[in-house]
Amino acid sequence: METYLDHAAATYVDERVKKEMDKYCLKEYGNPGSFNTVGLRAKEAVDKAREKVAGIIGAEPKEIIFTGSGTESINLAIKGVARALKKSGKGKHIITSTIEHHAVLDTCKYLEEEEGFEVTYVGVDRQGLVNPNDVESAIKEDTILISIMYANNEIGTIEPIEEIGAIARKRNVIFHTDACQAGMLDLDVRKLNADLMTLNGSKIYGPKGTGMLYVKKGTPIKPIIHGGGQEFGLRSGTENVPGIVGFAKALEIAQHERKREAKRLTKLRDALIKGLMKIPKVMLNGHPTKRLPNNVNVSILDIEGESLLLNLNEHGICASSGSACTSKSLKPSHVILALGVPAEIAHGSLRFTLGKRTTRRDIDKVVKVLPRIVERLRELSPVTIELEEKGEFKVRI
Amino acid sequence: MTKSKSGRSAGDVKARGRKWFYTKTVKEHFFSPKNIFKTKAEAAKYKADGVGVVGSAACGDVMRMWIKVDREKDKIVDCKWMTFGCASAIASTSALSVILTERGGMKIDKALRIKPQDIVKRLGNLPAVKFHCSVLGDQALRAAINDYFKKTGQTGRIVPAN
Repeated sequence: METYLDHAAATYVDERVKKEMDKYCLKEYGNPGSFNTVGLRAKEAVDKAREKVAGIIGAEPKEIIFTGSGTESINLAIKGVARALKKSGKGKHIITSTIEHHAVLDTCKYLEEEEGFEVTYVGVDRQGLVNPNDVESAIKEDTILISIMYANNEIGTIEPIEEIGAIARKRNVIFHTDACQAGMLDLDVRKLNADLMTLNGSKIYGPKGTGMLYVKKGTPIKPIIHGGGQEFGLRSGTENVPGIVGFAKALEIAQHERKREAKRLTKLRDALIKGLMKIPKVMLNGHPTKRLPNNVNVSILDIEGESLLLNLNEHGICASSGSACTSKSLKPSHVILALGVPAEIAHGSLRFTLGKRTTRRDIDKVVKVLPRIVERLRELSPVTIELEEKGEFKVRI
Repeated sequence: MTKSKSGRSAGDVKARGRKWFYTKTVKEHFFSPKNIFKTKAEAAKYKADGVGVVGSAACGDVMRMWIKVDREKDKIVDCKWMTFGCASAIASTSALSVILTERGGMKIDKALRIKPQDIVKRLGNLPAVKFHCSVLGDQALRAAINDYFKKTGQTGRIVPAN
């Protein structure tokens, strides 16, 4: 069996989720838009899922829009609000951070290049934290939207969302948070001061191809997908009934079990960090404590990430890397670079993300196997990177 | 994934095998690289006739190549290398080292004609985006040969880097 430590990429579907979904694949297959018994039963299922999700995040059912992915929710949130407000003449300035997921960054870039919006990308500190003051100082007369992620997918840093949300509210700017990785955190939108919040199913032991956008009542927003007017006109297309039911169930389980699971995973996470830090010249990327309970991200100096990854894979360990070679762009991770570390070190980053089935044995296996791989690859590497005082790096070839 | 309770034996799981992104030859070179130093101490002691380095760690690939030359025969008789980079970079340098040293070595003039495509062919192909990795191998070799020319006063033979 593989030692799967890539839960931030995808999770297995929880048995209980699958069981609920099966019913809506085989028996309750109707179209929620149909005026017949089978269709109405499907509609009932979607309504119930919506109520369930609303209850969990402290919203009203009408504020829940089911979508096809986290990426789609983000596109709807950003393009939807930006276009609605541009039309009303309120402004064209958007604020986001440099460490957002590409779904946010590329959507903002698109609006900048194609639709005349202006975007400010707020930087982060060495641990990946956005400073709320920086967000506040970036607000201008014509700022219409702030989008800051709840927790980072690569380095696990948890952002001060409540504070940023409070600032946005005070300054009358709409606030969206991408909470795709935050299924294990407090998702109460009232506490978070969020006007929009994105979630997706495949990171919380729900089905892939499912997502949700919370849209606070009264938020100006335009659809990006047009057609039959489903989801209160904001997301046309026949509802993915099994997906919606599965998503709601997955979120319910994740939030119900979150405190216990967070405690368990935090212990395992810290054990893994401790074990990895015993290897010479390893640095932790991200914040030591304001960190997702399941995220470990390290840079291993002198070595490139893909070769680490493939060696681990050969030992049955599935992890991921911010190395250029594992990205389609052939550029190292924008998140690790945003921390202010040189590209040489971003190339050697390695991410382990723990999950429900992760046990102490998995952690022990990584800690046992990795030092030998590192040693072997270092013997093969002509590069020596020294970490000097004041956090400077010296690269020798 | 299947739960262990399902009755699937460990053997079954193993039989499914690990997935590998590149060709089988890349895998062989990556996990059992040829013509490498066992330790860095061994590298320090190696008496090379020419050494070449190309690439940049910031860009993600660095290769260093050492060659030994039989001056009389004008032939590369031994070579060693180190690579910082992904699997295809490591495998391509290893494959190049084999091309150079098999059958008792290679004439310098012939070695200078090695193209990236020759290395890629030896590896049984590489994904298109990875071609730049193997390009570095022949450049590192050319740098090492130029270094040898410089050290032996054959400056007229130095090939400009492209």
